Amino acid sequence: MTKRLCIHGMAVAGLLASVAVPASAADTITVASWGGTYQEAQTKAFFDPTAKDLGITIRQDTTNGLDDVRLQVAGNAVKWDITELGADECARGSKEGLFEKLDYSVIDKSGINPKLVHDDWVGISYTSVVLIYRTDVFGDKGPKTWADFWNVEKFPGRRALSGSQATETLSVAALAKGTPIDKVYPVDVDGALQSVDKVRGNIDAWWTSGAQAMQLVKDGEVDMASIWNGRAGTLKKQGAPVSFSFDQGVLTADCMVIPKGSKNKDLAMKALAKFVSPDLQANLPLYVDNGPANEKAFETGKIPPERIKDINSAPENVKKQVLQDPEFWRDNLVEATEKFNNLIQQ
Amino acid sequence: MSIAGLRDNDGRKSALNVHALRADAQRESLGLLALLSPGLVLVFAVIIVPIGWLFWLSLFDEAGQLSAANYARFFEQASYIKTFVTTFKVAFVVTGACVLFGYPLACMLSQLPRRAASICLIFVILPFWTSVLVRTYAWLVILQRKGLINSWLIDLGVISQPLPLANNFAGVVIGMTHIMLPFLVLPLYASMKTIDVDCLRAGMNLGASPAATFRQIFFPLSLPGLASGVVIVFVLCLGFFVTPALMGGGKVIMWAMRMEQTTSLYSNWGAGAALGVVLLGVTLALLGLFQRLLGARATGVWSQR
Repeated sequence: MTKRLCIHGMAVAGLLASVAVPASAADTITVASWGGTYQEAQTKAFFDPTAKDLGITIRQDTTNGLDDVRLQVAGNAVKWDITELGADECARGSKEGLFEKLDYSVIDKSGINPKLVHDDWVGISYTSVVLIYRTDVFGDKGPKTWADFWNVEKFPGRRALSGSQATETLSVAALAKGTPIDKVYPVDVDGALQSVDKVRGNIDAWWTSGAQAMQLVKDGEVDMASIWNGRAGTLKKQGAPVSFSFDQGVLTADCMVIPKGSKNKDLAMKALAKFVSPDLQANLPLYVDNGPANEKAFETGKIPPERIKDINSAPENVKKQVLQDPEFWRDNLVEATEKFNNLIQQ
Repeated sequence: MSIAGLRDNDGRKSALNVHALRADAQRESLGLLALLSPGLVLVFAVIIVPIGWLFWLSLFDEAGQLSAANYARFFEQASYIKTFVTTFKVAFVVTGACVLFGYPLACMLSQLPRRAASICLIFVILPFWTSVLVRTYAWLVILQRKGLINSWLIDLGVISQPLPLANNFAGVVIGMTHIMLPFLVLPLYASMKTIDVDCLRAGMNLGASPAATFRQIFFPLSLPGLASGVVIVFVLCLGFFVTPALMGGGKVIMWAMRMEQTTSLYSNWGAGAALGVVLLGVTLALLGLFQRLLGARATGVWSQR
């Protein structure tokens, strides 16, 4: 009994400590994102200007995704006021009731794709899954479509696909089967799995992180791969002999949420409204290849015209790509991922 | 009469003694228990309670209902069994490789003069202090298709096609063997150092060849150290994460990686917790088995004798 009491005592002390900190700094909010160059770009594009405008301090943290939010909400120890997630994670977390409702009288949603505007989450930026190949192996005659990537006779070479992002690999597999880009969603999961089954014997690595995908291509461990456009752009800038385009890319959105129980909800709402405003959204592509979620950003005139063609969410490029449907994956992710894991481990 | 009286007296005295001794022993064990209690409380709070909690969590499904769904999944989906088999395959092969490299190394170290041995031991321990992540990436640089080994071998004309050393089973085994080797060598070296050299001399004096001396005297005496090293390496391998995740190319999925996948895939922790419980159960069962087969000394790794 005493042992249990002791543990309870410590837990209470811990809670008190965590409550005490934000109370003393009411004009401070904490924002969590993915870290790395992406978060550095967000700092310059979103966080710093917002902090200046609202006269608040924005503290930063990094997240591993939905697990972290679950942990904080379930443990009643929410330390973030805003956090970034993948759109399918937002859709899942919304179903689980992990987020605060957003107030669209504060946040202006015009210009954001309605598919990314929801009661308790809103789109913030886009990443594309693109096909990259090494030009020292293929010259400029490399695989251009996912059907080419699947064609091991015409394009011999080593291949890598994402093993951790089943949703993206299944979208790509559907494209490889010849599904037109506007018919990919809703994904025929079994058909896509059959498509993965055809190529899986020729996949030399299933990557589990963006950095790994980059390293595999950079070191020549593989000759072609699926990769996030930000990573692909970095490789190109570093001078690696690679080529990629947005043709048949899979456009996946990131979103932002206010975790349920955030202590600075109202302030967070105001900050979030700034983050998705066209003015600050237009800053993002100045620092990083992830495109803005708000289309109006392209009308602000802030983004140089020659830069626009390199941005995945520019209207011209959006037409070439499949937009991943977060709500489809909210309902099908677990089952599809289990089947996918099952398949690639055989 | 006097003799009988004396005897009677003695009997009473010894009964008194027994009583006093027993009380004394009881006091002493109570004292020891009191000394032990802070440790026991700590073990209870940081090990028993969380593990019990983990087990408790594993019994609930995504809807929060009491169910065996998290365990049923292991039988419904072939990939879990496959992961389990892979985990043991890797653990066996890595342990085997560690014995193959570690035994001769420890043997040589134990025969060296003290100074030379301690210098050599530094080379065993030094990598031990380096981050596993750093060492794993280093192996990736060495082993991959355009890595050091392949480019040297191709430049020397030994091979024309690069050897598949990274992003597969071989890569995982190489990387893990390197990381696990000190865990085998250190206990083995310690036990070999305690082997009395006079025993070996006596054997040779009686006409045994060096091979026979090794086979009949040195090897049996080194077995307890070998057994404890093998147990440590094997058990650590079962829960390994970093190296297979980075060197396996997504094709060598071990139990710990599966736990990570499962924890992020399902909205309840029960799914991941069930995997943890199974791994813990299997590891404990294995330790029990080792103890039966190899004797208590094998698993009492850190004890002196």
